[in-house]
Amino acid sequence: MSVKTIATQRASMNIPTGRLAVWWVLLSEIVIFGGVLASYILHRLGHPEWAEQAAHTNVWAGAFNTLVLLTSSLSAVLAHQAAEKGDGPKAARLLQLTVFGGLVFLIVKTFEWREEIIHGYTLQAGGFWSYYYTAAGLHAFHVLAGMVIMLWVANTARKNQELHRVENIGIYWHFVDIVWIFLFPLLYIAK
Amino acid sequence: MSHTTTVEAHAPAPHGHAEPNGFMKYLWSTDHKIISFQYMFTGMAMALIAGFMAYVFRMQIAYPGLNVPLFGHVSPDVYNALITNHGSIMVFWVAMPVLLAGFGNYLIPLMCGCDDMVFPRINRLSYQLFLLSAIVLLVSLFVPGGGFGGAWTAYPPLSAQAKYSLTPMGSTLWVIAVALEFVAFLLGGINFIVTAMNARAPGMRAFDVPLVVWFIVVASLLFMASVGPLIAGAVMLLFDQNLGTAFYNPTRGGDPVLWQHLFWFFGHPEVYVVLLPAMGIVAEIITVFARKKMFAYKTVIYTVIATGALSFFVWAHHQFVAGIDPRMANVFTVTTVLISIPIAEMCFLYIATLYGGSIRFTTPMLWALAFMAEFLIGGVTGIYLGASGADIFFHDTYFVVAHFHYTFYPIAIIGGMAGLTHWFPKMFGRMMSERLGKIHFWGTIIPFNFIFIPMFFLGLSGEHRRIYDYTHFPDLATPEMQALRIMSTVALVVMLLFQFVFLWNFIVSAFRGRKAERNPWKATTLEWTTESPPPHGNWAELPTVHRGPYEYATPGRDTDYWPQNEKA
Amino acid sequence: MSAHSAHGHAPGAHAGVAPHGPHRNYVKIWAILVALLVISVVGPMTGIRVVMLTTAFGIALVKAYMVAKNFMHLDIEKPIVHWLLIVGLALMVLLYGALAPDIQKGEGQYWKKDENFHKSFTPEKPHTGGGQAQPAGGSGAGTPEHGHP
Repeated sequence: MSVKTIATQRASMNIPTGRLAVWWVLLSEIVIFGGVLASYILHRLGHPEWAEQAAHTNVWAGAFNTLVLLTSSLSAVLAHQAAEKGDGPKAARLLQLTVFGGLVFLIVKTFEWREEIIHGYTLQAGGFWSYYYTAAGLHAFHVLAGMVIMLWVANTARKNQELHRVENIGIYWHFVDIVWIFLFPLLYIAK
Repeated sequence: MSHTTTVEAHAPAPHGHAEPNGFMKYLWSTDHKIISFQYMFTGMAMALIAGFMAYVFRMQIAYPGLNVPLFGHVSPDVYNALITNHGSIMVFWVAMPVLLAGFGNYLIPLMCGCDDMVFPRINRLSYQLFLLSAIVLLVSLFVPGGGFGGAWTAYPPLSAQAKYSLTPMGSTLWVIAVALEFVAFLLGGINFIVTAMNARAPGMRAFDVPLVVWFIVVASLLFMASVGPLIAGAVMLLFDQNLGTAFYNPTRGGDPVLWQHLFWFFGHPEVYVVLLPAMGIVAEIITVFARKKMFAYKTVIYTVIATGALSFFVWAHHQFVAGIDPRMANVFTVTTVLISIPIAEMCFLYIATLYGGSIRFTTPMLWALAFMAEFLIGGVTGIYLGASGADIFFHDTYFVVAHFHYTFYPIAIIGGMAGLTHWFPKMFGRMMSERLGKIHFWGTIIPFNFIFIPMFFLGLSGEHRRIYDYTHFPDLATPEMQALRIMSTVALVVMLLFQFVFLWNFIVSAFRGRKAERNPWKATTLEWTTESPPPHGNWAELPTVHRGPYEYATPGRDTDYWPQNEKA
Repeated sequence: MSAHSAHGHAPGAHAGVAPHGPHRNYVKIWAILVALLVISVVGPMTGIRVVMLTTAFGIALVKAYMVAKNFMHLDIEKPIVHWLLIVGLALMVLLYGALAPDIQKGEGQYWKKDENFHKSFTPEKPHTGGGQAQPAGGSGAGTPEHGHP
C-alpha cells in the first residue's frame, strides 16, 4: 500500500526527507552505542585486570570482519552511485552484494563466538565478556536489521523505483561500519 | 525558506489509495489524526488505571490494614507494585502518549499545513509498538510473583536480582515494556522532527511555526538524544535479570551506580520532554484567549532550546545522596539552580503575554492559567531539592513527592485537559459543555492542592517515601501527621470522582454536543482553517502561509485575528 | 534520482534538491582503508604500548573520518546534519566525563573498591557449562546468584 503524502515530498530545509530522517536515526544510534561503549570504557579503564581476558579474543576474526564490512561499505556507496545514474538493477545487485557482506560478517562472528563459548568465555564469564558480547551483539543486531531493510530497498530499486532509498540505507550501513571500526580496537586490540 | 514543489500545484487531493473503512480503518490507518486519537485514548485509559492504583495505595496509607473497597487487602509487595506502576504508567504511558504523541501527531501536520506526517507507516508502527508496550506492562501485573515493585527508577541490585525483587517475571516484563515504549517514541519522534523541519507549508518560515510545534520538536530532540544510554542500560539490566551477567552487581565487578547515572541521564531530560508539550499547549491557549500575540516569541524559542540544552547537565541531582563524588554534587547543584532561570523567564514571558490582553475565561483558558500557577509551585520547590545540602534531608521524603506532583500533575493532567478542551471542537466537530467543563475544572484543581500541600509538610517532618504502613514508625505516626495523610487521601477520592464529570462531558459532547464551526475560538493558526473535524488529507487544497502564528489585535483591521493563511 | 516517480516530475529533480557532486574514486578510498586496517593490526603486535594505542585508535579515527567523509558524503552535507552529529558525540563525551569519577575510579578520599570488585569473576581456568554458566534464556524465576564464593 503506497502512502505517499505530499508532506514527504517537501524539503523546507533543502534536504530530501528520507535522508534527513536517516541522519536523525543515526543520532539516536550514536547515543545508544555511546551509552554501551562509554560504560564499557569506564569499566575497562577501571579494571586493568580485564586485559588478561581481552587477550583471548580472536584478532584475526575481528580484522577479517573489519575488512568484510569495509568492503560492504564500498559496494553500498557504489550502489548509491548507480542509483544516482538511474540504474536501478545495478544498484540492487550492489546492495545485495552488501547484504552478502553482512551475512559473511555474521557467519564469521557465529564461528568466532562458538569457539569462545566452547572454551568457557561465555556472557557470564566475567565483566569483560559481558560487555564484549553485549556490545558486539547489539552491533550484530543492527547489521541484521540493516540487511533486512537493505534487501527490501534492493527489491524496490530493482524495478527502478524509490531509488533515493539506496543512498539512505547506505548511510545507515556506513554508520554500522563505523561502529565496528571502533569496536574492533576496543574489544580486540586494546590488550 | 521553504521549498515548493511542482507536485502541489497540480495535486487536488493527495493519497493514491482509498481510505480503508470500518474496523480495519482503525487498526491499520496511517492517518495522523486517527493515530493521535489512539495514543490519546490509550493514554487516558492508562491514566484511569494508574489513578485507581493511587486510590488504592493512598487508602492503605491513610487507613493501614484496611480492606480497600474495590480492591481488597494491600500487602507490602502489592503496595510496592502499586506505587511502582503508578509512577511508571503516569510518566511513560500517560504523559508521553497524550502530550507528546497525541498532540504531536494531531497538531504538527495540521499546524504546518501538511496532509499527514512524512512517514505515515512508521507512525502506524510506532503506535502498534506503543500499544504492545502497554499490554506487556499490564500483563506484568498479573504474572506469577506479581508486578515489579522496585520503583519506577528500578535501581539494581533490587531490580536486577530476583532474590531481592521477589518478582522475577514482573521485573523482566517491566523492563521490556519500557524498552518497547522507548523504541515506539524514537520512531514517533523522527516523524515529528522531520515533518516540522522539512514539510512545512509554502511560506512558513521557521519563525512562523506555532510554539507548540517548536516545543514538541525540541522535546522529541531531547528524547532522542537522551534515551540511548538508558536503552543500553536497560539491555544490560535485562541481561543481569535473566542471563546471569553482572553489569550492576558490585560483588562481581559491576556497579549499581552506573544504572543510576544511565537512568537519570535520560530521566532528567525526560521531564522536560513532557514539560515542553504542555507549555506549548498553554502558549497556544493563552494567545487565543487573551487575543494577543506571544510576548517575545523568538526569545521563548531560544529559552526553550537553552532549557533543553541545560537539562542534560543536571541529572545527578537525583543522586546527591547515592554516594557520588561530592565535587560532582557541587557542580550539579549549580547547574540545577541555573536551570530554574530559563523556566522562570518563560513564566514571565507568559505573564507578559497575558498582560493587557482581552482575557476570556473559557475552560481551556482556566486550565492554562492553572497550569502556570501550579507549575510555579512545583518549580520553586524544586530549588530546595536542587541544593545538595538541603537535599540531604529532603531526599526520599514526601517533600520530593509533593514537588514532582506539583510539576508532573500540571504537565500531564492540567496540560492534557487544557489541550483536550481547546482542540476538542477541531477533533470531534462538536463543542464541549462549558458548564460541565468549569465544574470539572474546579473539582479537580481544588482537591489537587489538598492532596499535595500536606505532603510538603509531611516531608518536612521527615516522612519517608515508599513506606506502606507508617504505624511501624512511631515518630512518623503522630495523630497530626496521620490526619494530613487522611486529608490527602480524601481529597484524592473527591478529585477522582470529579473525573466522571469530564468523562460524561467528553463522551456526550462527542456525540451530541453543539456542532462546531471551523474556527470557534477565532484563532490564527492553520488547523482552524480546515473543517471540524478535518477530512482525510486535511485540506482539499493545502494552505500557504503569509504571516506569523499570533497575529491578534493587528491595528487597522476589523477583526482581532488574522489567520496565517489569509492572503495579505 | 528516480527515473520513474509516482508524480512524474523530471528525472533527477527530486524535490528540487541537487544530487551530490562528482563521485569520488570509491575503490581507491577502500584500498587506503584496507591498508590502514593492516597497519592497525600489525602495530599492536609490536608490543610497544604507545605504538599500539596510536595505531589501533588513531587509525580507527582516521578510518571513521574517511568513511564519513567519502562514503557518507558528510563533507558536502547540510550544516544541520553536522550539528546533530556533533551534539550526539558531545553528549557521549559528557556522559563519559561525568560518570568517570564514580564508575572508573577505584578509590576516593574515604573509600576504595575492594578485591571483590577486581576479582570480577575472572576464572583461573575457564569453566565449561555447569558451575556458573546459567542456561541461556533461563526462566529467571528465583535466579540464584551463582559463581564466586
